[in-house]
Amino acid sequence: MNVAAKPSLDHVMPQSTEAGPVDCDIHTRVRSIEDLKPYLSAHWWHYLKTYGMRARHGFAKAPPFPKAAPNAARRDAWPPDGGFPATNLEFLRTQHLDAYGISFGIMNPLVATGQGDQNDDLSAALATATNDWQLDTFVTPEPRLRASVVVPYEDGAASAAEIRRRAGDHRYAHVLMMSRTAEPAGKRRYWPIYEAAAEAGLPIGIHVFGYSGWAGSSSGWPSFYIEEMTDHAVSCQSLVTSLVMEGVFERYPNLKVVLIESGFAWMPALGWRLDRVWARMRDEVPHVRQPPSAYLKKHFWISTQPMEEPERPEHLLDVVDWMGADRLMFASDYPHWDFDDPRFALPASLGPERRQAILSGNARALYRLG
Amino acid sequence: MARHVVATTKEIPLGGRKLVEVAGRPVVVFNLDGEFFALLDRCPHKGGSLCAGTQTGLVESSGPGEYHYSRRGEIIRCPWHAWEFDIRTGKSRCDPRRMKVRTFPASVAPGAELLQAPPAATTFAVTVEGEYVLIEA
Amino acid sequence: MSARAGVDTVGHGGVQRSEIRGPIDCDVHPTITSTRVLAPYLSDFWRDSLVERGIDSLDSISYPSDAPITARPDWRNHTDEVEQLCTQVLDRWDSQGAILNCLYGVQLVFNEDMAVAFARAVNDWIAREWLDRDSRLRASIVVPLQNVEHAVDEIERCASDRRFVQILVLASGEMPLGRRNFWPVYAAAQRHGLPIGIHAGSAYRHPVTSIGWPSYYVEDYASQSQAFQSQVASLICEGVFAKFSELKVVLLESGVTWLPGFLWRLSKFWRGLRPEVPWVDRSPLEIVRDHVRLTIQPLDAPDDPDTVRRIIDHMRSDDMLLYASDYPHWQFDGDRNMPPGIPTDLVRKIQVDNPLATYQRLNEDAP
Repeated sequence: MNVAAKPSLDHVMPQSTEAGPVDCDIHTRVRSIEDLKPYLSAHWWHYLKTYGMRARHGFAKAPPFPKAAPNAARRDAWPPDGGFPATNLEFLRTQHLDAYGISFGIMNPLVATGQGDQNDDLSAALATATNDWQLDTFVTPEPRLRASVVVPYEDGAASAAEIRRRAGDHRYAHVLMMSRTAEPAGKRRYWPIYEAAAEAGLPIGIHVFGYSGWAGSSSGWPSFYIEEMTDHAVSCQSLVTSLVMEGVFERYPNLKVVLIESGFAWMPALGWRLDRVWARMRDEVPHVRQPPSAYLKKHFWISTQPMEEPERPEHLLDVVDWMGADRLMFASDYPHWDFDDPRFALPASLGPERRQAILSGNARALYRLG
Repeated sequence: MARHVVATTKEIPLGGRKLVEVAGRPVVVFNLDGEFFALLDRCPHKGGSLCAGTQTGLVESSGPGEYHYSRRGEIIRCPWHAWEFDIRTGKSRCDPRRMKVRTFPASVAPGAELLQAPPAATTFAVTVEGEYVLIEA
Repeated sequence: MSARAGVDTVGHGGVQRSEIRGPIDCDVHPTITSTRVLAPYLSDFWRDSLVERGIDSLDSISYPSDAPITARPDWRNHTDEVEQLCTQVLDRWDSQGAILNCLYGVQLVFNEDMAVAFARAVNDWIAREWLDRDSRLRASIVVPLQNVEHAVDEIERCASDRRFVQILVLASGEMPLGRRNFWPVYAAAQRHGLPIGIHAGSAYRHPVTSIGWPSYYVEDYASQSQAFQSQVASLICEGVFAKFSELKVVLLESGVTWLPGFLWRLSKFWRGLRPEVPWVDRSPLEIVRDHVRLTIQPLDAPDDPDTVRRIIDHMRSDDMLLYASDYPHWQFDGDRNMPPGIPTDLVRKIQVDNPLATYQRLNEDAP
């Protein structure tokens, strides 16, 4: 290529925190693990340099399935300084926040956060470091950005401590977990997380990915990245089922859960199926007092990206009707390869009111954004 | 339709590309083995800038496990969602009948010829010795 | 079956519209109460092993015997299960035929030799004690997927009995069903004109979810429709339908309403990730419409007819759904054997035309 690619800035959206979209999924990341060094003890720094992070799969420096693009990133999202996408705040502003008039962006860091590591203590140290780093590197210089409380979710007590450490600090939008936990998300080992989050008034954001240690499907490992991507929506159905059937929402009636990057078209069908099996066998789960779909409609929000694209766009409107437009929140997934553009992602036929709710109103209400 | 001079051939070497503006529209011009092709720089899917995408080859298959890789550099993948488009035709690989990026006829002309019959629009100072890429749009 | 039903057939599914008698029930389950039932069909070695090693049960936890879903209250007690099926299900809804899918836990067995022995016994038991008793009955071949060669051998052994109309596997096994390891099974299926029936259930080689073992049986049952999503993705992405262009796959007791949303996601990813699986040369949506069928119990839809109509519209095909009672599983009460809201003009397709188009062998006269 002999011409540097420049982001297209035509159709720039208004730069107003009043009207601009809220982006519920931005993947800012460290330039390298060195960025976290100031936030880690000498022990953990030594540990990381010596043994590294060990996710619950076999590759030391790569994901199990090669992505669609290096670092799963948009080709045009690599900043001019040569660093990784979404590491350079200036470029992030130019290419994304300013270009689309994003009023608020919620950061869900995925790299070097230690989540799901085999060593719970390393997870905890990296989570705390990541949470400090997000503030210093992004939120302080750019108040449109909000941080996640990254938690070492396989250790409920340590996670709860991290949430309480951040409680009341409005620079954090939600608590961040990955979808592929070592046990189904409703199991009691995770309840301290929900208790602390409910107490702090923070939603739980659950982003797809993570490595549970179990195969990617109930029949073992698939072969391809495309299967991994579809299987994430599948695993989210399992986690929603678990949260409902374990009675998490009876125990924590104020708990709010945001599913991120899971797709949403499966949600109504899951509700219908769960209602049927619950009606048939509710004697097994007497603690589940309402039909499961009632919990889905009350406790869950879902981010839009990657937008499902039916052959007939009106079919998507049926799904929105079934789940309720108040459940959906726009996300771009910047800087990843399957990025959704706030101008074009939502079907025009939604109408202005629902469109505005999904682009911004729902997230403003849930996250209490100014 | 008018002819627009958009580049000198030297600016777009073999395998190279250039983003230009033609009649107010962004157009990306590719050089495939000395032939020039021009596509609207807006993905028909969600509007990504194709110029910022990856140029790759065409992988086809006669059956599972078979990878036939040819035409290196003749496919552009949109940087958003990675859809593939044939640079020669603008057609999407997955849905060639219905999904197509707009193409513009591109040609090369020597400066001497252009000076005799000037095209409608040019932002270039055309010289007799130069060689130029033209787009009809 | 065609002669009995008074149906003239013209190739696959080209059915004259006159004199159709009744629906074809594509998913009913014979129950094996104990390994002793199979003793007459086992070799001496395995028959003695039943006693000497105390091999009393291969029941799967997929259907705990007293769980409500496992049997409708009025289908729970019987002195003769064949008679109950024939009178209370087939006669009741005037079915011209039914396909027996035996879910006994043969696929869970770890010893592949034992698996073969029991699979053979199950198939022989079905032929003798069910198919021989009522000419409306057809069955699926239970295969020991623990070893693909053994599975193919069992298909070859049973396929000459034309009353076996399908090959039966479980929704969750050792590895995804698209994997090339299994392809000899699909080659045999195509050779003999047998669809692959994938039924809810697991060999429990992995937890029923990709995030580990849930606490409750309701979660296990609910998760089955998720297992099918992974399997359909696997079959498509591995290129099974590119390789076996005549193959039909029937999802049995899979639920239905998950399908459109799942395919939207998969097909969208395919547009960007096609080079990873270049043999997938058209949209997964189209591949599924050509190759995949689903039984209608459970549908997993609300009772509201308008919603059901919209769901059916999302499938964009009238050819995909197959009638089933799911006997004796408790999916519905009374005579509500068709889920409410199925458009009237689809009923005949679902009950008769689609089954006949899916199962080649149903178009043949009974032997």
